[in-house]
Amino acid sequence: MICIRLPARHMAAILTAFTLTTATCPPLRAADAPMVKIENFAFTPRELTVKPGTTVIFRNDDDIPHLVVANDSSFRSKALDTGDTYEFTFTKAGDFAYFCGLHPHMQGKITVAP
Amino acid sequence: MTHHHDDESGRDGISRRHALECMIWAGTGVLWTISGGVPVSLNLLGAAQAAEAMATGFTFLQISDSHIGFDKAANPHAIDTLKEAMGKIQALPQKPAFMIHTGDITHLSKPAQFDNAAEIIGGAGFDVHYVPGEHDLIDDGNGKAYLGRYGKGTKGAGWYSFDQNGVHFVALVNVVNLKAGGLGNLGAEQLAWLADDLKAVSASMPIVVFAHIPLWAVYPEWGWGTDDAAQALGLLKRFGSVTVLNGHIHQIMQKVEGNVTFHTARSTAFPQPAPGTAASPGPMTVPAGQLRGLLGTSSVTVKQGGQDLAIIDSTLA
Repeated sequence: MICIRLPARHMAAILTAFTLTTATCPPLRAADAPMVKIENFAFTPRELTVKPGTTVIFRNDDDIPHLVVANDSSFRSKALDTGDTYEFTFTKAGDFAYFCGLHPHMQGKITVAP
Repeated sequence: MTHHHDDESGRDGISRRHALECMIWAGTGVLWTISGGVPVSLNLLGAAQAAEAMATGFTFLQISDSHIGFDKAANPHAIDTLKEAMGKIQALPQKPAFMIHTGDITHLSKPAQFDNAAEIIGGAGFDVHYVPGEHDLIDDGNGKAYLGRYGKGTKGAGWYSFDQNGVHFVALVNVVNLKAGGLGNLGAEQLAWLADDLKAVSASMPIVVFAHIPLWAVYPEWGWGTDDAAQALGLLKRFGSVTVLNGHIHQIMQKVEGNVTFHTARSTAFPQPAPGTAASPGPMTVPAGQLRGLLGTSSVTVKQGGQDLAIIDSTLA
């Protein structure tokens, strides 16, 4: 009995952990995943608040390449040509200011808050 | 043109505004000269003097913003318009001594784009002195592709200088280490190099500085300027004649400030809107038939033994 129960408890613990994991850790990547559009040399929305663990998609809708770079260098995209996207998952809470590495007057901010 | 040095009233009478009007109206073939730091339209001096400047000087040619790889609505065939530009340069009656390219050779820094540009531009057989635009440094190696091709003999991110026919040319790079919220950037290392480079140059020697982003505040709201340009210009104050040639904004702009004349060249790929006249500085799509009137190159003539530089902007139309 003991021999059966222990693995059962372990299983339960593992299942619980797995459930929690799937509920919180994997990036939120549904169809409604938050998106920052890059158009007319601007990030829209310029400021966005998301929960920790959220993946934000940046999409370049301009005819000119752009580059998404965090002010604190915590993330940096490759050059995004027209229609290209860049995804970054924000795990830590805080304010993450970013700018375009090619046109640094273009600026935005992602606020990560529970 | 000597009398223009002496004739203050005549020089002012022609007026900068008038020269600008000509530039806008004529679009092509406007020729102007710098006398003691003030530009005077050679068109207004008369054909004979213009011809003399052309005959006794040497000419170099500025090409800019070829954006090889660009294929969007504003010009689906940027490679063809570069070929046209090079064809016109090869057909010039007075061959340029060399060319400068003020950056954005490619659109996306891809090897094939650099190769295509090199084949078309190099095919004309001129020496070409390059500076990078921000579009030339976006390979995965953050500029290795450009420096691998054009970095030989340069310092830092690709800056250098050389002398030709009594003119000191300075090629600057203001498209690296751009800061959030900032404009173009030269950086402390390059400015220190510039100060050292200029030490041995006589104040009477004409200076031509070229870089991609304008070294003057054309329109900071669109990023059209360079944050630490004032420090570079401070180093150039003691020189009698300074000409600053830039690209980046895909249209002709000029300004005179003391001893310095600023001039930006057209692109060979696509036009961009005049400052503040559109939602963004992105490529401007114009009706078919108007595109080539908004693309072009600039030819600069240096008169031997003088301080006068004459610039002719020519369209592809």
